[in-house]
Amino acid sequence: MFSTAADRRVLDDRRGTRAMTWIMAIMLFLTVLAAALGLGTVNAAGTLDRQLAGRLTVQVVTADPAVRDRDARAALAALEQMPAVRRAEMVDRARLTEMLRPWLGDASSDADVPIPALIDVDLSVPSEEAAARVAAGVRAAAPTARVDSQSRWLSPVAGFMRTLIYAAAAMVLLMAAATTAVVLLAARAGLETHRDTIAILHMLGSTDVQVARLFQRRIALDTMVGGALGTLAAMLAIWLLLRQMTALGSELLSAGALTQGDWLLLALLPMLFAAVATVAARIAVLGRLRQVQ
Amino acid sequence: MANIVQFEDVGLRYPASEADTLSAINFTLGSGGFYFLTGQSGAGKTSLLKLIYLAQRPTHGTIRLFGEDAGALPRKRLPGFRRRIGVVFQDFRLVPHLSAFDNIALPLRLSGVPESDVEAPVREMLAWVGLSERGHAPPPTLSGGEQQRIAIARAVIGRPEILVADEPTGNVDPDMAARLLHLFESLNRLGTTVVVATHDFHLLGRVQNAHMMRIEAGRLLDPTGALRNPPRVPAA
Repeated sequence: MFSTAADRRVLDDRRGTRAMTWIMAIMLFLTVLAAALGLGTVNAAGTLDRQLAGRLTVQVVTADPAVRDRDARAALAALEQMPAVRRAEMVDRARLTEMLRPWLGDASSDADVPIPALIDVDLSVPSEEAAARVAAGVRAAAPTARVDSQSRWLSPVAGFMRTLIYAAAAMVLLMAAATTAVVLLAARAGLETHRDTIAILHMLGSTDVQVARLFQRRIALDTMVGGALGTLAAMLAIWLLLRQMTALGSELLSAGALTQGDWLLLALLPMLFAAVATVAARIAVLGRLRQVQ
Repeated sequence: MANIVQFEDVGLRYPASEADTLSAINFTLGSGGFYFLTGQSGAGKTSLLKLIYLAQRPTHGTIRLFGEDAGALPRKRLPGFRRRIGVVFQDFRLVPHLSAFDNIALPLRLSGVPESDVEAPVREMLAWVGLSERGHAPPPTLSGGEQQRIAIARAVIGRPEILVADEPTGNVDPDMAARLLHLFESLNRLGTTVVVATHDFHLLGRVQNAHMMRIEAGRLLDPTGALRNPPRVPAA
Protein backbone atom coordinates (compact mmCIF):
# COMPACT_ATOMS: atom_id res chain seq x y z
CA MET A 1 0.00 0.00 0.00
CA PHE A 2 1.33 3.44 -0.89
CA SER A 3 1.14 6.47 1.32
CA THR A 4 -0.68 9.35 -0.30
CA ALA A 5 2.49 11.32 -0.98
CA ALA A 6 4.29 8.32 -2.46
CA ASP A 7 1.16 7.45 -4.40
CA ARG A 8 1.10 10.90 -6.02
CA ARG A 9 4.69 10.43 -7.12
CA VAL A 10 4.14 7.04 -8.75
CA LEU A 11 1.91 8.48 -11.45
CA ASP A 12 3.79 11.28 -13.10
CA ASP A 13 1.86 14.49 -12.49
CA ARG A 14 3.78 16.53 -15.05
CA ARG A 15 2.18 15.03 -18.13
CA GLY A 16 -0.61 17.52 -18.53
CA THR A 17 -3.31 15.28 -17.12
CA ARG A 18 -4.18 17.92 -14.52
CA ALA A 19 -6.62 19.28 -17.10
CA MET A 20 -8.99 16.92 -15.31
CA THR A 21 -9.11 19.36 -12.39
CA TRP A 22 -10.39 22.14 -14.60
CA ILE A 23 -12.85 19.88 -16.40
CA MET A 24 -14.26 18.88 -13.04
CA ALA A 25 -14.42 22.53 -11.98
CA ILE A 26 -16.56 23.34 -15.02
CA MET A 27 -18.74 20.25 -14.56
CA LEU A 28 -19.41 21.05 -10.93
CA PHE A 29 -20.01 24.74 -11.68
CA LEU A 30 -22.78 23.80 -14.12
CA THR A 31 -24.12 21.05 -11.86
CA VAL A 32 -24.36 23.32 -8.84
CA LEU A 33 -26.15 25.99 -10.91
CA ALA A 34 -28.65 23.40 -12.15
CA ALA A 35 -29.12 21.98 -8.66
CA ALA A 36 -29.63 25.49 -7.23
CA LEU A 37 -32.24 26.22 -9.90
CA GLY A 38 -34.05 23.02 -8.97
CA LEU A 39 -33.87 23.62 -5.22
CA GLY A 40 -34.94 27.26 -5.57
CA THR A 41 -37.89 26.25 -7.72
CA VAL A 42 -38.88 23.57 -5.23
CA ASN A 43 -38.86 26.23 -2.50
CA ALA A 44 -40.87 28.69 -4.61
CA ALA A 45 -43.39 26.00 -5.55
CA GLY A 46 -43.73 25.03 -1.90
CA THR A 47 -44.34 28.62 -0.87
CA LEU A 48 -46.89 29.05 -3.66
CA ASP A 49 -48.66 25.87 -2.63
CA ARG A 50 -48.81 26.93 1.00
CA GLN A 51 -50.09 30.39 0.06
CA LEU A 52 -52.78 29.18 -2.32
CA ALA A 53 -53.86 26.01 -0.62
CA GLY A 54 -57.31 26.53 0.90
CA ARG A 55 -57.88 29.98 -0.61
CA LEU A 56 -61.09 30.59 -2.56
CA THR A 57 -62.49 33.60 -4.40
CA VAL A 58 -66.22 34.16 -4.56
CA GLN A 59 -67.34 36.31 -7.52
CA VAL A 60 -70.77 37.81 -7.96
CA VAL A 61 -71.01 38.93 -11.58
CA THR A 62 -74.31 40.54 -12.53
CA ALA A 63 -75.02 43.75 -14.38
CA ASP A 64 -77.60 44.84 -11.81
CA PRO A 65 -75.72 46.51 -8.95
CA ALA A 66 -78.62 45.92 -6.50
CA VAL A 67 -78.69 42.16 -7.19
CA ARG A 68 -74.90 42.02 -7.11
CA ASP A 69 -74.68 43.73 -3.72
CA ARG A 70 -77.55 41.67 -2.30
CA ASP A 71 -76.06 38.36 -3.42
CA ALA A 72 -72.58 39.39 -2.28
CA ARG A 73 -73.89 40.20 1.20
CA ALA A 74 -75.84 36.93 1.29
CA ALA A 75 -72.75 34.95 0.21
CA LEU A 76 -70.61 36.71 2.84
CA ALA A 77 -73.17 36.07 5.55
CA ALA A 78 -73.36 32.39 4.58
CA LEU A 79 -69.58 32.08 4.54
CA GLU A 80 -69.28 33.60 8.01
CA GLN A 81 -71.56 30.92 9.36
CA MET A 82 -69.59 28.03 7.92
CA PRO A 83 -67.17 26.21 10.32
CA ALA A 84 -64.91 25.29 7.37
CA VAL A 85 -64.23 28.96 6.72
CA ARG A 86 -61.53 30.62 8.78
CA ARG A 87 -61.83 34.06 7.20
CA ALA A 88 -64.13 35.66 4.62
CA GLU A 89 -63.65 39.26 3.57
CA MET A 90 -65.25 41.41 0.92
CA VAL A 91 -62.63 42.96 -1.38
CA ASP A 92 -62.80 46.70 -1.11
CA ARG A 93 -64.53 48.12 -4.18
CA ALA A 94 -62.21 51.11 -4.37
CA ARG A 95 -59.26 48.73 -4.44
CA LEU A 96 -60.84 46.75 -7.25
CA THR A 97 -61.47 49.91 -9.23
CA GLU A 98 -57.87 50.91 -8.73
CA MET A 99 -56.66 47.46 -9.91
CA LEU A 100 -58.75 47.76 -13.09
CA ARG A 101 -57.66 51.30 -13.89
CA PRO A 102 -54.68 50.22 -16.09
CA TRP A 103 -57.15 48.43 -18.40
CA LEU A 104 -60.30 50.56 -18.16
CA GLY A 105 -58.85 53.96 -17.36
CA ASP A 106 -61.26 56.39 -15.72
CA ALA A 107 -64.18 54.20 -16.84
CA SER A 108 -63.28 51.81 -14.03
CA SER A 109 -64.94 54.20 -11.58
CA ASP A 110 -68.07 54.55 -13.74
CA ALA A 111 -71.05 53.11 -11.87
CA ASP A 112 -72.36 51.65 -15.14
CA VAL A 113 -69.34 49.37 -15.54
CA PRO A 114 -70.36 45.98 -14.09
CA ILE A 115 -67.42 45.35 -11.83
CA PRO A 116 -67.99 42.06 -9.95
CA ALA A 117 -68.14 41.83 -6.20
CA LEU A 118 -65.29 39.69 -4.84
CA ILE A 119 -64.93 37.85 -1.53
CA ASP A 120 -61.59 36.41 -0.39
CA VAL A 121 -62.03 33.18 1.55
CA ASP A 122 -59.52 31.24 3.65
CA LEU A 123 -60.55 27.71 4.62
CA SER A 124 -59.78 26.40 8.11
CA VAL A 125 -58.45 23.12 6.74
CA PRO A 126 -57.48 23.17 3.06
CA SER A 127 -59.06 20.28 1.22
CA GLU A 128 -61.01 19.56 -1.94
CA GLU A 129 -64.00 18.37 0.08
CA ALA A 130 -64.14 21.49 2.24
CA ALA A 131 -63.89 23.69 -0.87
CA ALA A 132 -66.74 21.78 -2.52
CA ARG A 133 -68.95 22.11 0.61
CA VAL A 134 -68.26 25.83 0.85
CA ALA A 135 -68.99 26.33 -2.86
CA ALA A 136 -72.33 24.51 -2.50
CA GLY A 137 -73.27 26.60 0.55
CA VAL A 138 -72.39 29.85 -1.25
CA ARG A 139 -74.43 28.93 -4.33
CA ALA A 140 -77.40 28.06 -2.11
CA ALA A 141 -77.26 31.47 -0.46
CA ALA A 142 -76.43 33.45 -3.62
CA PRO A 143 -77.34 31.72 -6.90
CA THR A 144 -75.39 34.25 -9.02
CA ALA A 145 -72.13 33.67 -7.10
CA ARG A 146 -69.24 31.73 -8.60
CA VAL A 147 -66.58 30.05 -6.43
CA ASP A 148 -63.03 29.56 -7.73
CA SER A 149 -60.01 28.00 -6.12
CA GLN A 150 -57.06 30.40 -6.40
CA SER A 151 -54.70 27.50 -7.02
CA ARG A 152 -56.59 26.77 -10.23
CA TRP A 153 -55.72 30.20 -11.62
CA LEU A 154 -52.07 29.63 -10.94
CA SER A 155 -51.94 26.01 -12.12
CA PRO A 156 -50.00 26.99 -15.31
CA VAL A 157 -47.38 28.62 -13.08
CA ALA A 158 -47.24 25.55 -10.87
CA GLY A 159 -46.92 23.37 -13.98
CA PHE A 160 -44.07 25.51 -15.26
CA MET A 161 -42.34 25.21 -11.92
CA ARG A 162 -42.71 21.43 -11.94
CA THR A 163 -41.17 21.37 -15.42
CA LEU A 164 -38.28 23.52 -14.18
CA ILE A 165 -37.69 21.15 -11.26
CA TYR A 166 -37.69 18.09 -13.54
CA ALA A 167 -35.39 19.87 -16.00
CA ALA A 168 -32.96 20.80 -13.21
CA ALA A 169 -32.97 17.23 -11.85
CA ALA A 170 -32.37 15.90 -15.36
CA MET A 171 -29.47 18.34 -15.82
CA VAL A 172 -27.87 17.21 -12.55
CA LEU A 173 -28.22 13.57 -13.58
CA LEU A 174 -26.85 14.29 -17.05
CA MET A 175 -23.87 16.10 -15.54
CA ALA A 176 -23.25 13.14 -13.23
CA ALA A 177 -23.39 10.84 -16.26
CA ALA A 178 -21.06 13.13 -18.20
CA THR A 179 -18.67 13.23 -15.23
CA THR A 180 -18.66 9.44 -15.14
CA ALA A 181 -17.91 9.33 -18.86
CA VAL A 182 -15.08 11.85 -18.47
CA VAL A 183 -13.63 9.80 -15.62
CA LEU A 184 -13.80 6.60 -17.68
CA LEU A 185 -11.99 8.30 -20.55
CA ALA A 186 -9.43 9.88 -18.22
CA ALA A 187 -8.77 6.57 -16.49
CA ARG A 188 -8.26 4.77 -19.80
CA ALA A 189 -6.03 7.57 -21.11
CA GLY A 190 -4.10 7.47 -17.82
CA LEU A 191 -3.58 3.73 -18.15
CA GLU A 192 -2.20 4.24 -21.64
CA THR A 193 0.05 7.11 -20.51
CA HIS A 194 1.40 5.13 -17.58
CA ARG A 195 1.55 1.75 -19.31
CA ASP A 196 5.29 1.34 -18.73
CA THR A 197 5.05 2.29 -15.07
CA ILE A 198 2.15 -0.11 -14.56
CA ALA A 199 4.10 -2.92 -16.23
CA ILE A 200 6.98 -2.32 -13.80
CA LEU A 201 4.61 -2.23 -10.84
CA HIS A 202 3.09 -5.52 -11.92
CA MET A 203 6.52 -7.12 -12.26
CA LEU A 204 7.36 -5.96 -8.74
CA GLY A 205 4.24 -7.64 -7.39
CA SER A 206 1.60 -4.96 -7.55
CA THR A 207 -2.00 -6.14 -7.56
CA ASP A 208 -4.59 -4.73 -9.93
CA VAL A 209 -6.38 -3.22 -6.95
CA GLN A 210 -3.21 -1.34 -5.94
CA VAL A 211 -2.86 0.07 -9.45
CA ALA A 212 -6.55 0.95 -9.54
CA ARG A 213 -6.18 2.68 -6.18
CA LEU A 214 -3.48 4.96 -7.59
CA PHE A 215 -5.89 6.14 -10.28
CA GLN A 216 -8.83 6.29 -7.89
CA ARG A 217 -7.00 8.57 -5.49
CA ARG A 218 -5.73 10.78 -8.24
CA ILE A 219 -9.12 11.15 -9.92
CA ALA A 220 -10.88 11.63 -6.58
CA LEU A 221 -8.38 14.35 -5.72
CA ASP A 222 -8.85 16.05 -9.11
CA THR A 223 -12.62 15.87 -8.70
CA MET A 224 -12.50 17.21 -5.16
CA VAL A 225 -10.16 20.10 -5.95
CA GLY A 226 -11.80 20.98 -9.27
CA GLY A 227 -15.24 20.37 -7.84
CA ALA A 228 -14.56 22.61 -4.86
CA LEU A 229 -13.40 25.41 -7.16
CA GLY A 230 -16.42 25.02 -9.44
CA THR A 231 -18.83 24.77 -6.53
CA LEU A 232 -17.41 27.87 -4.86
CA ALA A 233 -17.68 29.84 -8.08
CA ALA A 234 -21.24 28.61 -8.66
CA MET A 235 -22.28 29.41 -5.08
CA LEU A 236 -20.90 32.90 -5.44
CA ALA A 237 -22.83 33.35 -8.69
CA ILE A 238 -26.02 32.04 -7.05
CA TRP A 239 -25.59 34.35 -4.07
CA LEU A 240 -25.24 37.34 -6.39
CA LEU A 241 -28.32 36.27 -8.38
CA LEU A 242 -30.36 35.82 -5.22
CA ARG A 243 -29.37 39.29 -4.05
CA GLN A 244 -30.58 40.74 -7.35
CA MET A 245 -33.82 38.74 -7.13
CA THR A 246 -34.46 40.05 -3.63
CA ALA A 247 -33.89 43.59 -4.89
CA LEU A 248 -36.60 43.06 -7.52
CA GLY A 249 -39.15 42.80 -4.69
CA SER A 250 -41.03 39.95 -6.35
CA GLU A 251 -42.72 37.75 -3.78
CA LEU A 252 -42.54 34.69 -6.03
CA LEU A 253 -38.86 35.18 -6.93
CA SER A 254 -37.94 35.81 -3.31
CA ALA A 255 -39.69 32.56 -2.40
CA GLY A 256 -37.06 30.82 -4.51
CA ALA A 257 -34.30 31.72 -2.04
CA LEU A 258 -32.16 28.80 -0.85
CA THR A 259 -32.36 27.50 2.69
CA GLN A 260 -29.32 26.60 4.81
CA GLY A 261 -30.01 22.96 4.02
CA ASP A 262 -29.96 23.75 0.31
CA TRP A 263 -26.57 25.49 0.61
CA LEU A 264 -25.24 22.50 2.54
CA LEU A 265 -26.53 20.14 -0.13
CA LEU A 266 -24.80 22.18 -2.84
CA ALA A 267 -21.57 22.17 -0.83
CA LEU A 268 -21.76 18.38 -0.60
CA LEU A 269 -22.00 17.94 -4.37
CA PRO A 270 -18.20 17.84 -4.98
CA MET A 271 -17.90 15.03 -2.45
CA LEU A 272 -20.78 13.16 -4.06
CA PHE A 273 -19.19 13.58 -7.48
CA ALA A 274 -15.78 12.54 -6.12
CA ALA A 275 -17.38 9.35 -4.82
CA VAL A 276 -18.98 8.70 -8.21
CA ALA A 277 -15.65 9.44 -9.94
CA THR A 278 -13.76 7.11 -7.58
CA VAL A 279 -16.08 4.20 -8.25
CA ALA A 280 -16.05 4.88 -12.01
CA ALA A 281 -12.23 5.04 -12.05
CA ARG A 282 -11.92 1.79 -10.13
CA ILE A 283 -14.31 -0.03 -12.46
CA ALA A 284 -12.60 1.37 -15.57
CA VAL A 285 -9.05 0.56 -14.43
CA LEU A 286 -9.80 -2.92 -13.12
CA GLY A 287 -11.76 -3.75 -16.26
CA ARG A 288 -8.99 -2.57 -18.55
CA LEU A 289 -6.21 -4.27 -16.56
CA ARG A 290 -8.03 -7.60 -16.80
CA GLN A 291 -8.18 -7.15 -20.56
CA VAL A 292 -4.57 -6.17 -21.19
CA GLN A 293 -2.65 -8.33 -18.73
CA MET B 1 18.20 -28.89 -1.07
CA ALA B 2 14.48 -28.57 -1.96
CA ASN B 3 13.52 -27.61 -5.48
CA ILE B 4 12.40 -24.03 -5.87
CA VAL B 5 12.11 -23.95 -9.67
CA GLN B 6 11.42 -26.90 -11.90
CA PHE B 7 11.06 -26.82 -15.70
CA GLU B 8 9.56 -29.88 -17.37
CA ASP B 9 9.76 -30.01 -21.17
CA VAL B 10 9.12 -26.27 -21.37
CA GLY B 11 8.83 -24.53 -24.71
CA LEU B 12 8.18 -20.94 -25.65
CA ARG B 13 7.16 -19.41 -28.92
CA TYR B 14 6.29 -15.74 -29.20
CA PRO B 15 3.11 -15.00 -31.17
CA ALA B 16 4.95 -13.17 -33.96
CA SER B 17 7.63 -15.83 -34.29
CA GLU B 18 7.62 -18.85 -36.58
CA ALA B 19 10.12 -20.83 -34.53
CA ASP B 20 10.35 -21.79 -30.87
CA THR B 21 12.47 -19.38 -28.83
CA LEU B 22 12.94 -22.08 -26.21
CA SER B 23 12.31 -25.77 -26.60
CA ALA B 24 12.51 -28.90 -24.48
CA ILE B 25 13.87 -27.08 -21.44
CA ASN B 26 14.27 -29.34 -18.44
CA PHE B 27 16.09 -28.29 -15.28
CA THR B 28 15.71 -27.90 -11.57
CA LEU B 29 16.97 -25.13 -9.31
CA GLY B 30 17.53 -26.05 -5.71
CA SER B 31 16.54 -23.64 -2.99
CA GLY B 32 19.54 -21.63 -1.85
CA GLY B 33 21.65 -22.36 -4.91
CA PHE B 34 23.68 -19.92 -6.98
CA TYR B 35 23.27 -20.35 -10.73
CA PHE B 36 24.85 -18.73 -13.72
CA LEU B 37 22.98 -18.88 -17.01
CA THR B 38 25.30 -18.33 -19.90
CA GLY B 39 24.94 -18.23 -23.62
CA GLN B 40 25.42 -15.96 -26.55
CA SER B 41 23.27 -12.96 -27.19
CA GLY B 42 19.93 -14.12 -28.58
CA ALA B 43 20.32 -17.65 -27.24
CA GLY B 44 17.21 -17.33 -25.09
CA LYS B 45 18.62 -16.34 -21.68
CA THR B 46 16.21 -13.43 -21.18
CA SER B 47 13.23 -15.51 -22.36
CA LEU B 48 14.11 -18.25 -19.89
CA LEU B 49 14.42 -15.73 -17.07
CA LYS B 50 11.03 -14.23 -18.07
CA LEU B 51 9.47 -17.63 -17.56
CA ILE B 52 11.03 -17.82 -14.11
CA TYR B 53 9.85 -14.39 -13.02
CA LEU B 54 6.38 -14.94 -14.47
CA ALA B 55 6.51 -12.27 -17.14
CA GLN B 56 5.78 -14.93 -19.72
CA ARG B 57 3.75 -18.13 -19.74
CA PRO B 58 5.24 -21.17 -21.50
CA THR B 59 3.75 -22.31 -24.80
CA HIS B 60 4.00 -25.86 -23.56
CA GLY B 61 5.46 -27.83 -20.70
CA THR B 62 5.18 -27.27 -16.97
CA ILE B 63 6.95 -24.80 -14.71
CA ARG B 64 6.78 -25.46 -11.02
CA LEU B 65 7.64 -22.48 -8.85
CA PHE B 66 7.77 -22.72 -5.06
CA GLY B 67 6.17 -26.13 -5.47
CA GLU B 68 3.19 -24.93 -7.48
CA ASP B 69 2.34 -25.15 -11.16
CA ALA B 70 3.08 -21.59 -12.29
CA GLY B 71 1.18 -22.03 -15.54
CA ALA B 72 -2.01 -22.78 -13.67
CA LEU B 73 -1.77 -19.83 -11.31
CA PRO B 74 -4.84 -17.60 -11.45
CA ARG B 75 -4.15 -13.95 -12.18
CA LYS B 76 -4.93 -12.83 -8.65
CA ARG B 77 -2.16 -15.04 -7.21
CA LEU B 78 0.58 -13.72 -9.50
CA PRO B 79 1.45 -10.64 -7.37
CA GLY B 80 2.11 -12.82 -4.33
CA PHE B 81 4.48 -14.99 -6.33
CA ARG B 82 6.20 -12.02 -7.97
CA ARG B 83 6.92 -10.45 -4.58
CA ARG B 84 8.94 -13.55 -3.73
CA ILE B 85 11.12 -12.99 -6.81
CA GLY B 86 13.57 -10.13 -7.18
CA VAL B 87 14.33 -9.18 -10.76
CA VAL B 88 17.18 -7.14 -12.20
CA PHE B 89 16.07 -6.34 -15.73
CA GLN B 90 18.57 -6.02 -18.53
CA ASP B 91 17.11 -2.60 -19.38
CA PHE B 92 16.76 -1.74 -15.66
CA ARG B 93 13.03 -0.85 -15.94
CA LEU B 94 13.30 2.01 -13.48
CA VAL B 95 10.35 4.39 -13.22
CA PRO B 96 11.86 7.48 -14.86
CA HIS B 97 9.92 10.15 -12.98
CA LEU B 98 10.60 8.65 -9.56
CA SER B 99 13.77 9.38 -7.64
CA ALA B 100 16.34 6.65 -7.09
CA PHE B 101 15.07 6.45 -3.50
CA ASP B 102 11.45 5.95 -4.57
CA ASN B 103 12.43 3.36 -7.18
CA ILE B 104 14.22 1.31 -4.55
CA ALA B 105 11.34 1.76 -2.13
CA LEU B 106 8.72 0.47 -4.59
CA PRO B 107 8.81 -3.23 -3.56
CA LEU B 108 8.52 -2.31 0.12
CA ARG B 109 5.61 0.03 -0.49
CA LEU B 110 3.86 -2.51 -2.69
CA SER B 111 4.23 -5.06 0.11
CA GLY B 112 2.53 -2.71 2.52
CA VAL B 113 5.58 -1.80 4.61
CA PRO B 114 4.66 1.30 6.67
CA GLU B 115 6.23 4.51 5.39
CA SER B 116 8.11 4.94 8.67
CA ASP B 117 9.89 1.63 8.02
CA VAL B 118 10.81 2.37 4.41
CA GLU B 119 13.50 5.00 4.77
CA ALA B 120 16.14 3.10 6.77
CA PRO B 121 16.43 0.03 4.49
CA VAL B 122 16.35 2.18 1.37
CA ARG B 123 19.17 4.39 2.72
CA GLU B 124 21.08 1.24 3.60
CA MET B 125 20.70 -0.12 0.06
CA LEU B 126 21.69 3.23 -1.46
CA ALA B 127 24.83 3.19 0.68
CA TRP B 128 25.56 -0.39 -0.28
CA VAL B 129 25.43 0.32 -4.00
CA GLY B 130 27.49 3.48 -3.44
CA LEU B 131 24.79 5.96 -4.30
CA SER B 132 23.99 7.53 -0.92
CA GLU B 133 24.26 11.00 -2.35
CA ARG B 134 22.11 10.24 -5.39
CA GLY B 135 18.90 9.16 -3.67
CA HIS B 136 16.97 12.18 -4.86
CA ALA B 137 18.13 11.86 -8.49
CA PRO B 138 15.70 10.61 -11.14
CA PRO B 139 17.08 7.74 -13.25
CA PRO B 140 17.49 9.72 -16.49
CA THR B 141 20.09 11.87 -14.71
CA LEU B 142 22.10 8.81 -13.65
CA SER B 143 24.70 6.96 -15.69
CA GLY B 144 23.99 3.47 -17.01
CA GLY B 145 26.03 1.90 -14.25
CA GLU B 146 24.28 3.94 -11.58
CA GLN B 147 20.89 2.97 -12.97
CA GLN B 148 21.94 -0.66 -12.92
CA ARG B 149 22.92 -0.40 -9.27
CA ILE B 150 19.57 1.21 -8.43
CA ALA B 151 17.84 -1.65 -10.28
CA ILE B 152 19.83 -4.19 -8.26
CA ALA B 153 19.05 -2.40 -5.01
CA ARG B 154 15.35 -2.46 -5.90
CA ALA B 155 15.50 -6.16 -6.72
CA VAL B 156 17.11 -7.21 -3.44
CA ILE B 157 15.55 -4.82 -0.93
CA GLY B 158 12.59 -7.07 -0.31
CA ARG B 159 14.84 -10.06 0.53
CA PRO B 160 13.35 -12.20 -2.27
CA GLU B 161 13.44 -15.99 -2.19
CA ILE B 162 14.80 -15.99 -5.73
CA LEU B 163 16.88 -13.25 -7.31
CA VAL B 164 16.86 -13.28 -11.10
CA ALA B 165 19.38 -10.94 -12.68
CA ASP B 166 19.70 -10.41 -16.41
CA GLU B 167 23.22 -9.21 -17.27
CA PRO B 168 23.49 -7.32 -13.94
CA THR B 169 27.09 -6.29 -14.43
CA GLY B 170 26.85 -5.26 -18.06
CA ASN B 171 27.14 -1.55 -17.41
CA VAL B 172 29.47 -1.35 -14.43
CA ASP B 173 33.22 -1.28 -14.05
CA PRO B 174 35.07 -4.42 -12.83
CA ASP B 175 35.29 -3.17 -9.25
CA MET B 176 31.58 -2.48 -9.06
CA ALA B 177 30.87 -5.81 -10.78
CA ALA B 178 32.83 -7.57 -8.06
CA ARG B 179 30.95 -5.66 -5.35
CA LEU B 180 27.58 -6.48 -6.89
CA LEU B 181 28.52 -10.12 -7.19
CA HIS B 182 29.56 -10.01 -3.56
CA LEU B 183 26.11 -8.63 -2.69
CA PHE B 184 24.49 -11.50 -4.58
CA GLU B 185 26.67 -13.96 -2.67
CA SER B 186 25.72 -12.34 0.62
CA LEU B 187 22.06 -12.71 -0.25
CA ASN B 188 22.68 -16.27 -1.35
CA ARG B 189 24.28 -17.06 1.99
CA LEU B 190 21.11 -15.73 3.65
CA GLY B 191 19.12 -18.32 1.69
CA THR B 192 18.15 -16.51 -1.49
CA THR B 193 18.40 -18.58 -4.65
CA VAL B 194 20.31 -16.52 -7.21
CA VAL B 195 20.10 -16.89 -10.97
CA VAL B 196 22.42 -14.62 -12.93
CA ALA B 197 22.31 -14.51 -16.71
CA THR B 198 25.57 -13.30 -18.10
CA HIS B 199 27.92 -13.65 -21.02
CA ASP B 200 30.82 -12.38 -18.91
CA PHE B 201 32.93 -15.47 -18.33
CA HIS B 202 35.13 -13.61 -15.85
CA LEU B 203 32.30 -13.67 -13.36
CA LEU B 204 31.84 -17.41 -13.44
CA GLY B 205 34.90 -18.29 -11.44
CA ARG B 206 34.32 -15.71 -8.75
CA VAL B 207 31.51 -17.44 -6.95
CA GLN B 208 32.32 -20.56 -5.02
CA ASN B 209 29.94 -23.48 -5.49
CA ALA B 210 28.02 -21.78 -8.24
CA HIS B 211 26.29 -23.96 -10.80
CA MET B 212 26.26 -23.08 -14.44
CA MET B 213 23.69 -23.63 -17.14
CA ARG B 214 24.44 -22.95 -20.75
CA ILE B 215 21.82 -22.16 -23.33
CA GLU B 216 22.32 -22.26 -27.07
CA ALA B 217 19.69 -21.58 -29.70
CA GLY B 218 16.87 -22.05 -27.25
CA ARG B 219 18.09 -25.34 -25.82
CA LEU B 220 19.71 -25.93 -22.49
CA LEU B 221 23.01 -27.71 -22.90
CA ASP B 222 23.73 -28.26 -19.25
CA PRO B 223 20.40 -29.03 -17.68
CA THR B 224 21.88 -30.37 -14.49
CA GLY B 225 23.60 -27.10 -13.77
CA ALA B 226 26.38 -29.10 -12.21
CA LEU B 227 29.18 -28.18 -14.58
CA ARG B 228 31.59 -25.54 -13.51
CA ASN B 229 32.62 -24.78 -17.08
CA PRO B 230 30.60 -24.59 -20.24
CA PRO B 231 30.75 -27.61 -22.53
CA ARG B 232 31.70 -27.12 -26.11
CA VAL B 233 28.78 -26.55 -28.36
CA PRO B 234 28.48 -29.52 -30.73
CA ALA B 235 29.11 -28.61 -34.31
CA ALA B 236 25.91 -28.30 -36.29
